[in-house]
Amino acid sequence: MALSGLILAGFVFVHMLGNLQLFLGQEALNSYAYKLQSIPAVLWGFRAFLLLATVTHVLTAISLVRENRAARPKPNAEEKFIQATFASRGMGLTGALLFAFIVFHVLHYTVRITHPEYQDMHYILEKNGKEVQVHDVFTMMVSGFTEKWISGTYIVCMAMLCLHLTHGVSSLFQTIGIRNTAWKSRLDGLAIAYGWTVFIGFVSVPMAVLMGVINLPG
Amino acid sequence: MNLKLKIWRQDTSDGSGQFKHYEINNVSPDSSFLEMLDMLNEQLVESGDQSVAFDSDCREGVCGMCSLTINGIPHGGHQGTTTCQLHMRSFSDGQTITIEPFRAKSFPVLRDLVVDRGGFDEIIQAGGFITCRTGSAQDANEIPIPKPLADDAFDFAACIGCGACVAACKNASAMLFTGAKIAHLNSLPQGKAEKDRRTLSMVSKMDEAGFGNCRNYGECSAVCPKEIPLDVIAKMNRDFAVASVKGFISK
Ligand code: HEM
Ligand code: SF4
Ligand code: FES
Repeated sequence: MALSGLILAGFVFVHMLGNLQLFLGQEALNSYAYKLQSIPAVLWGFRAFLLLATVTHVLTAISLVRENRAARPKPNAEEKFIQATFASRGMGLTGALLFAFIVFHVLHYTVRITHPEYQDMHYILEKNGKEVQVHDVFTMMVSGFTEKWISGTYIVCMAMLCLHLTHGVSSLFQTIGIRNTAWKSRLDGLAIAYGWTVFIGFVSVPMAVLMGVINLPG
Repeated sequence: MNLKLKIWRQDTSDGSGQFKHYEINNVSPDSSFLEMLDMLNEQLVESGDQSVAFDSDCREGVCGMCSLTINGIPHGGHQGTTTCQLHMRSFSDGQTITIEPFRAKSFPVLRDLVVDRGGFDEIIQAGGFITCRTGSAQDANEIPIPKPLADDAFDFAACIGCGACVAACKNASAMLFTGAKIAHLNSLPQGKAEKDRRTLSMVSKMDEAGFGNCRNYGECSAVCPKEIPLDVIAKMNRDFAVASVKGFISK
C-alpha cells in the first residue's frame, strides 16, 4: 500500500512537470513527448511498472477496507469522529473516483478511443537534421480541454487527487515509521503543500485553455 | 440532576442485544459516572430488574478495567480521563446519555456493557515482557539510562490496556496499544535484546487476534486516557520494518 502509493505519488509529480511543458509551446511539448515514447522497450517497461503499481495499490486498498470492516462488524449507535480529517475519511471514495478517472484518462489520451480524431494529429520535428513525423500531443491536449465537460471532469478529478494526497503523503511517513509529534505537523504541512502543488500544476493546463491563454496552433 | 439513559442490554455473549431506556433522578453532579450507574443498578434491583453489568476495579484511573462508549466516545470524551474519573457535572440536567460496550470483533460482548479484552492479553503474551533471571535482581541503578529516554519509556508504559483506542478506531485497530507496549520495551536497554523478536511476534499476534489495520485517523490517541501519542505507531512500524528486513537477510 505504502510502496505503491509512494510510486504513484512520485509519478503524478513527474507527470505534472511534463504537462507544464505545454506552456513552453508546441515544439517543446511534442519533442518531450517524442523522447518519452521513442524507445518502445522503455515505454512499455514503464507502462507495465505503473500498471503493476496501480493494480497493487487498488488490490491492497480493497483488502485493507475488507479486513477493517470485518474487524468492526457493529458500529456504535452514535458514530463520532474527534479528530480524523475530511481527507482521511474520504480515502476510499477519492481513491475509487481516481481509479475511474485513470481508466477514462488512458482511454481518452493514451488509447484515444473516445476521440479517434486525435490519431490523425501529426507534427514534424527536426531531429539531427532529419525530419520526423510525431504525434501532435500539443494539439490533442488543447483541443481536448476546449471541450468544457472534459476540462470540468479533469479539474474535479484533480481535486480528488489533491485530497487523496493531502492524507496519503502524510500517512506514508507514518507507515514507513519516520514521524513523531514534532514532525507530524511539518509532514502534514508538506502533504498539504504537495497535494495543492500537484492540483495547481495539473489544473493550470485546462484552465489556461478555457481562458484562452493557450490556443490551438495556427 | 435528572437524566435519561439509553443503555445496551445483552443477556449472553452469543445473543443479540438492544438498547433499553431508563430514567434516573437526583444524581449528584459530583458523583462519578460509575457511581451514577451504581445508583441505577440499586434502583433496578429494588424494582426486581436485572442490574446492568459493567466493568470497573480501581475507580481511580490506573487499572484499565472500566470501559464504556458514552455518547459515541470511549471514556466519554474528556481529555486524558477514564470513565471512572468522569464526573456527572460534565453532563447537563435532562440530557439523554447513550451508553454502549466497546465495539470490535476482537472484543466480544459478554454481557450488557462487559466485553472480553483477552485479545490484549494474547498480544502481551506474545512479547510484552523481558526475559531475565528473577530472585537475584540486579541493582536498579546498575544500567545507566539517559533521563529523556527514561521519560519517554515511562510515558509509553503509562498505557493501562483499557482498549479505548480499539473502540474509538473505525477500523478496530490495536496499533496504539501494541505500539505503546513495543515502544516502552524496545526503547530501554533491558528490552533491546529481544527487540526484533518481540516486534514481529506482537504484531503478528495482533493481526491474528482479528484487530483491524491503522488508516491514520488518529482517533485512538484522541480518546486515550493516558494520552499515548501516535508516535508509538510510527515507532512500531519502523521497528517492524527493520526486524522484517533483518529477518529476510539472515535467512
Ligand atoms: C494517482 C493515483 C493515486 C495516488 C498518487 C495515490 C497515492 C496514495 C498514497 C501516497 C497513499 C498512502 C499510503 C500509505 O500511507 O501507506 C494512498 C493510500 C490509499 N489509496 Fe491511493 N493513490 C492513488 C490512487 C488510488 C486508487 C485508484 C485507489 C482505489 C481504488 C486508492 C485507494 C487508496 C486507499 C484506500 C488508501 C489507504 C488510505 C488509508 O490508509 O486511509 N488510491 N494512496
Ligand atoms: S493506548 Fe491508551 S486507549 Fe489504548 S489501551 Fe492503552 S491506555 Fe487504553
Ligand atoms: S476502574 Fe480502574 S481505570 Fe477505571
